[in-house]
Amino acid sequence: MTTTQVPMLIAYTLVMAGVTYLIRMVPLLLIRRPIHNRFIRSFLYYVPYAVLGAMTFPAILYSTSNIWSAAIGLIVSVILAFFGKGLLTVAVSACVTVYAVEWLLQLLPF
Amino acid sequence: MQQMQTNIRMQNSTRRELLFRGMRDGLPIGLGYLSVAFAFGIAAVLRGVPAWIAVLISMTNVTSAGQLAGLDLMVVGCTMGEMILTQCVINMRYALMSVSLSQKLDKTVRLIDRLIISFCNTDEVFAVASGQPGLVGRYYLYGLILPPYLGWSLGTLLGCVASGLLSARVMAALGIAIYGMFIAIVIPPARKDRAVACVLGGAVLLSCAFQYLPFLKQHVSSGFVIILCAVTAAALGAVFAPIPVEAAETTADIPSKEVQP
Repeated sequence: MTTTQVPMLIAYTLVMAGVTYLIRMVPLLLIRRPIHNRFIRSFLYYVPYAVLGAMTFPAILYSTSNIWSAAIGLIVSVILAFFGKGLLTVAVSACVTVYAVEWLLQLLPF
Repeated sequence: MQQMQTNIRMQNSTRRELLFRGMRDGLPIGLGYLSVAFAFGIAAVLRGVPAWIAVLISMTNVTSAGQLAGLDLMVVGCTMGEMILTQCVINMRYALMSVSLSQKLDKTVRLIDRLIISFCNTDEVFAVASGQPGLVGRYYLYGLILPPYLGWSLGTLLGCVASGLLSARVMAALGIAIYGMFIAIVIPPARKDRAVACVLGGAVLLSCAFQYLPFLKQHVSSGFVIILCAVTAAALGAVFAPIPVEAAETTADIPSKEVQP
């Protein structure tokens, strides 16, 4: 649970919003010609995957109350995603898996 | 006079049609955003952020990866420099999309429209707008951005409200939801494109190094971890597996259509 105070949370929110908006708005306003530089295009193409990868792992392992339930949830997510299941299916399956695993772990005598 | 009225009526109906056509195209995006935003709302409440702040974040940012990264930073009380840099890196791709979208706008799009539309230029909105034949006008674009914006805001609110009603164990299980969605976003393209898989794997390895190697964990502020990992992995990808020029011209128009806003 965060100890950050509300005024500070608002300040963070506004900074985030300002930066995000400027990134989207300035090019739409100013730049009228497409970027042809191959490195920049390739870099921008890969950025979303790199960001999501770095954000998901290992953070996912600590996203539930138990690292084992999270690990099994992760495996289920990867398998379903590998077979092309949609966002909602994968997310709900991960949650159900975590819930089931934590319920089972609770039944164990140790 | 009558002729003029007929013209105006025709114009109006065309505008309305364009608006509805945009909304029709935006509706599936909005429905998709509902669930991702729901997960974001839950993630925010789990981290102790008040519901109204979570909704404020969604209504002012309209971007999932940037919001979650920002959320993680604000709960640990990062510096503003870290926040700004992280948002720049994570949302950098929007600059390219906006550059590309600026080529698609017809002459009905005024300065004020550019200012409003760019606010909601998410991956999916961009992908759909780019996929339209020819140029797009402001009525279509306003119709297109409305359902995603409502879905994103409403979904966050629903996630926050739901988290107040659910048991601790259900909440713990829902904590994995947003990561499950991220996995569903990155795995299919990684499966198709080995370079994407390598970039993804590289980013994950780097991220683990920062989490588990004591030296790195102690000396690198958590705010810079995602930037460092993402920039390094994406730059290596761009050096060793630059996307083909032909593909760059077409795919970079839709650089990441499967990534949430």
